[in-house]
Amino acid sequence: MQAIVAVNISKHFGETQALKDISFEVNSNELFGFIGPDGAGKTTLFRIIASLLLSESGSVSVMGLNPASEYKVLRTKLGYMPGRFSLYPDLTVEENLKFYATIFGTTISENYELIKDIYSHIEPFKKRPAGKLSGGMKQKLALSCALIHKPELLILDEPTTGVDAVSRKEFWQMLKRLQGQGITVLVSTPYMDEAALCDRVALIQKGSILSIDTPQNIIDAYGKPLFGLRAGNMYNLLLKLKEYENCSSAHLFGQYIHSSFKGKFSREELFSYLNSNRINDAEIIEVTPGIEDCFMQLMEHNEPVSI
Amino acid sequence: MSQDSIIIVKDLVKKFGNFIANDHLTFDVYQGEIFGFLGANGAGKTTAIRILCGLSTPTSGKVSVAGYDAYKQTEKIKQNIGYMSQRFSLYEDLTAFENIQFYGGIYGLSSKEIKSRSAKLFDRLGFEEFQKKQIKDIPLGWRQKLAFSVAIFHKPKIVFLDEPTGGVDPITRRQFWDLIYQAANDGITIFVTTHYMDEAEYCNRASIMVDGRIADIDTPLNMIKKYNANSMDDVFYILARKMVD
Repeated sequence: MQAIVAVNISKHFGETQALKDISFEVNSNELFGFIGPDGAGKTTLFRIIASLLLSESGSVSVMGLNPASEYKVLRTKLGYMPGRFSLYPDLTVEENLKFYATIFGTTISENYELIKDIYSHIEPFKKRPAGKLSGGMKQKLALSCALIHKPELLILDEPTTGVDAVSRKEFWQMLKRLQGQGITVLVSTPYMDEAALCDRVALIQKGSILSIDTPQNIIDAYGKPLFGLRAGNMYNLLLKLKEYENCSSAHLFGQYIHSSFKGKFSREELFSYLNSNRINDAEIIEVTPGIEDCFMQLMEHNEPVSI
Repeated sequence: MSQDSIIIVKDLVKKFGNFIANDHLTFDVYQGEIFGFLGANGAGKTTAIRILCGLSTPTSGKVSVAGYDAYKQTEKIKQNIGYMSQRFSLYEDLTAFENIQFYGGIYGLSSKEIKSRSAKLFDRLGFEEFQKKQIKDIPLGWRQKLAFSVAIFHKPKIVFLDEPTGGVDPITRRQFWDLIYQAANDGITIFVTTHYMDEAEYCNRASIMVDGRIADIDTPLNMIKKYNANSMDDVFYILARKMVD
């Protein structure tokens, strides 16, 4: 069964088109990620699915319900964690959780098992006002509140934005465990490396979906050899690669520059070109593309980007 | 790159009540380098950056920025640095050029100087089409690039960049790093924080803060070797974990 079916959703804000004919499906109990930068349309899309905003055209079905007309039933079945912290800052941790539980006609103790794993981290601070929590703790409280009514679908809008690399890893482990308890998880993130943790992802940019697939299939679709190059002066190497006529892309990637080439790649030609530009210490290895490589390839394919 | 230190921090301690946000930090930043200042949320980075920018004074220890003392010469420090953060950088209802005029004016540049420098800047960025647009109508990626250019418009000795690339698309993120490299080439020292660990690897050197202390400071390559890791992401994970456990 599909948890979400969206067909040709569009949405404008004034002259800006936030979503352009978006179609996708999320399977029941899937961990599905929307990966894209700020302004891609992720929040608008999630708000439409969560019944907080109406789409202009197209159709949406969430767990078989229409968010526009059946929002009352739908809202009991989904948990939504918005990108901006939106709990009551002057209520304590416990009061916030109790408030959400009561609204949904349940109690903390009834669903404690589900949130235990997450809530236990902040329970020692349960008498503290939510506004006085650290970023990581706020995030855990918001997640607890989104889960307290035992939703079938959890929608998380950029839960890891601005969060450090270690806490991000922990957060994804939590999401995996929630999925293990039968919950469908729809999550968005601007961090490309998090795509690998999803069952399937949609890459989204400027209101359009660039690709939807499993992370592995997206990587396999990169379709050509990718190389990592480095030299003593990386910036100079990057500039010279971009000027090289056989170079089709060159992007900084940590210690290496990821580069792909037109036609049949010749190591000898590349090195003689680099040598003629006084780069004599370059090293080259073949690398496996990551989601970020694929995202940039799709971006450049969709519209020429000035470098 | 010379080895002259432009930032000298020795035994810096900053307390808020009983809480020790910075616990005896000691490090130097060299003239002209790209220095990555990394750490988990709550590790004490923001506290230290505020002190280095002259916005807060240390509880104890020695701090010198661009040759000025962080206790007594905070105004001098402010004149000699640039600052840009992800959260706030430009006035949304002013145009790109008005923002430049405003910042240039604050730093005491003449209007003639502002005009000639901004013409060069718009030309170099390929930004002419946005010159007369209000910031709120300019795409985020361009805004960030402009914000960076504004932060170094008065030719500071050091620029502090606090998560400058958060949320921008991967291509714009790399274009932003092109600007950072250019500025470093022009001799400006770059002090940058980021949650993208691939960006940590673009730095000449980086420090990793954990729980108010500097857990390590070195070139990315040395750190990767030292911890037998594959990337700075692994190094970060190893150091942050070790201190927590």
